[in-house]
Amino acid sequence: MRRILPAVCLAVCLMTAASLAAQDLQLPATIAAGSELTIPTSGSGAATFYLIGPSYLAKRQVQLGQEIHIQPREVRSAGRYTAVLRGGGSSQSGSFYVVAAKPASLSFLAHPSRIPVAQRDGVIGVAFVFDKWHNLVRRPETVDFRLAAKDAPPVAQSVRSRDGAAWILMTSAHKAGNAKFVAALDGIEETRVIQQVAADPCHLQIRAERNAKGVLVQTAPVRDCSGNPVSDGTVVTFTANGPQGLSTVDVPIKKDIAQAELQIPGPATISVASGVVMGNEVKVGGQQ
Amino acid sequence: MKLAVLLVLATIAFLILGFAFPVHQAATPGIVSGEALPGVGGSTNTPEAAVRSLLGDVQAHAWSHAYSLLANTNDVPEEAFVHDVNGNYGSLRTFSSLEGSRTRVLNQSGDQALVRADMHWSTAVGPIYDVKELKVVQQGGAWKIVWPLEKQPTVPPQVVPVNYLRWDVISRGPQDDWGTQNVDSPQVRIVSMNAVQNGSTLVIVGEVVNEDTVPAFVDINAILLGKNGQDLDQESSFDKIQHTLLPKQVSPYRIDFPGFNLGQVKSVRMDAKAMLVPASADPVIAVLDQHEQTNVLGRKVLSGNLLNESGRVVNIAQVLATYYDSNGKVIWVSDGYVDRALLPQTPEPFAVDMPDNTVGKVQSYRVTVSHYIREQS
Repeated sequence: MRRILPAVCLAVCLMTAASLAAQDLQLPATIAAGSELTIPTSGSGAATFYLIGPSYLAKRQVQLGQEIHIQPREVRSAGRYTAVLRGGGSSQSGSFYVVAAKPASLSFLAHPSRIPVAQRDGVIGVAFVFDKWHNLVRRPETVDFRLAAKDAPPVAQSVRSRDGAAWILMTSAHKAGNAKFVAALDGIEETRVIQQVAADPCHLQIRAERNAKGVLVQTAPVRDCSGNPVSDGTVVTFTANGPQGLSTVDVPIKKDIAQAELQIPGPATISVASGVVMGNEVKVGGQQ
Repeated sequence: MKLAVLLVLATIAFLILGFAFPVHQAATPGIVSGEALPGVGGSTNTPEAAVRSLLGDVQAHAWSHAYSLLANTNDVPEEAFVHDVNGNYGSLRTFSSLEGSRTRVLNQSGDQALVRADMHWSTAVGPIYDVKELKVVQQGGAWKIVWPLEKQPTVPPQVVPVNYLRWDVISRGPQDDWGTQNVDSPQVRIVSMNAVQNGSTLVIVGEVVNEDTVPAFVDINAILLGKNGQDLDQESSFDKIQHTLLPKQVSPYRIDFPGFNLGQVKSVRMDAKAMLVPASADPVIAVLDQHEQTNVLGRKVLSGNLLNESGRVVNIAQVLATYYDSNGKVIWVSDGYVDRALLPQTPEPFAVDMPDNTVGKVQSYRVTVSHYIREQS
């Protein structure tokens, strides 16, 4: 009996202490950002309530036995929240997670802003899904991407987002011009403009005509391989090789045509190039 | 304490020695520093002395006295002589000064002589060497110089319409949202690269093209990597490139690594940086009559004429010459500045060096021109 009594006393003390120790608050595991939340309490008397979140901290006096109302504005940021209630000689706590609410906006990055036509997988679009309070919506959502150029059928594709991001590679159209690149989700749309420009010149052709001043050299309308006129300002190099030496001039295209007057008195072979593309050669005779 | 006193005494001794026995600085190899030129009013009792006296006046900017040393003042107005020597129209010569010269009498008979003057001009972009062979005649007991003034063709008054394309840039500002699309940098591509050993300097040469539809300001950097992958050195093309490239324009580049040789290098990492800049397609400069020749100093040069086809003055022009071998590989890039302004519709000669190690290997060449117009800066 004498050996058992201390053990019994110790057990009773421990059980009493345990009953007086912190008890968990009744909290949901997760709530959506901006939702209202009520936390039931028991007991009586005044207590202090603390709410600690990723971007929020609150402390207020509450009455035990009454519900604690968490306002929507207090749980806007997604993340882990800890609630602590201290009063009546005891402390209770718990935690819950706030997840993003329903999608409300898209951040859409499109690259590049300028691309040659017919470039396979050259257009990159990345969309980030956010809720009303700029939380990243990490659950999968279906984002619709659409690339539409003037006078060309639009190309569309849907992508499921992963951890808040959806991305896609698309091929630029064969026709030059501004194309609208749209990312859409549940009525939310973001539009970017991609400038589809002509690719490298194709089939560079020149003709040369001797006049009083020298030789007038002119290209045919310069087009890329898809038939798009090459941008004005693109440089075309004319080279004339004759007895007096080599003459070259870099001329920008104006209204689809590049033209130059080379002061060459004698016979010459004239060639043309633009970037890394070469055109035909023309032979001209000397001045008479 | 003793050491401190010793150091002070040694310093005083060296100072005294320095003042008592000054050391004349030796001439930098390869640069014509030449003889010291006399001040204003030097002797003209020999042909060489007359030329040195003239150059001394030029160095001192004593134009009136220099003009008085000319024999053909009837044919050469003073203003034209001053412009010819000192430059005009904001040319590179106007930002230069005569650093030094060497003179040599090529031949002399009776009252005529031919004197070669090798002049070293110090300019804003580095040294420029000029050689003139001056005819000198004896007049009234003094030797005078017949100044070779080249009469420039006058361009008749006319209107030159400028309707070439011009690009301006509007970038994203601080008020724009994150994610708002900005204008992308231009796409440029290095189309060739070749490493060449030139004496004790490793040189990287090649070409770069602007593949985009907008103008680009381009610079090329190269990093030499050693056998263990460590960075040996990093250099940029600096001014051995045509920085502003219009769409589809090709420029050569050259990057020098002094003190390195090919055996030390395992690989080279190249980086082409391009920035979107405002630009204009005007002026168009033609490069005419390019040919190889040997100059008066016996050096191989690539020479020709530049023709400014626009209606305004190009203040400073830089010529970049690319040399190719029989396989079309770039084997050298040389450059030179034209120290005269390019007047509208007026040919201006140029010449750039062809290094000795390329002579005989060059199958073809291509010349491009960079330009600087003061009012655009």
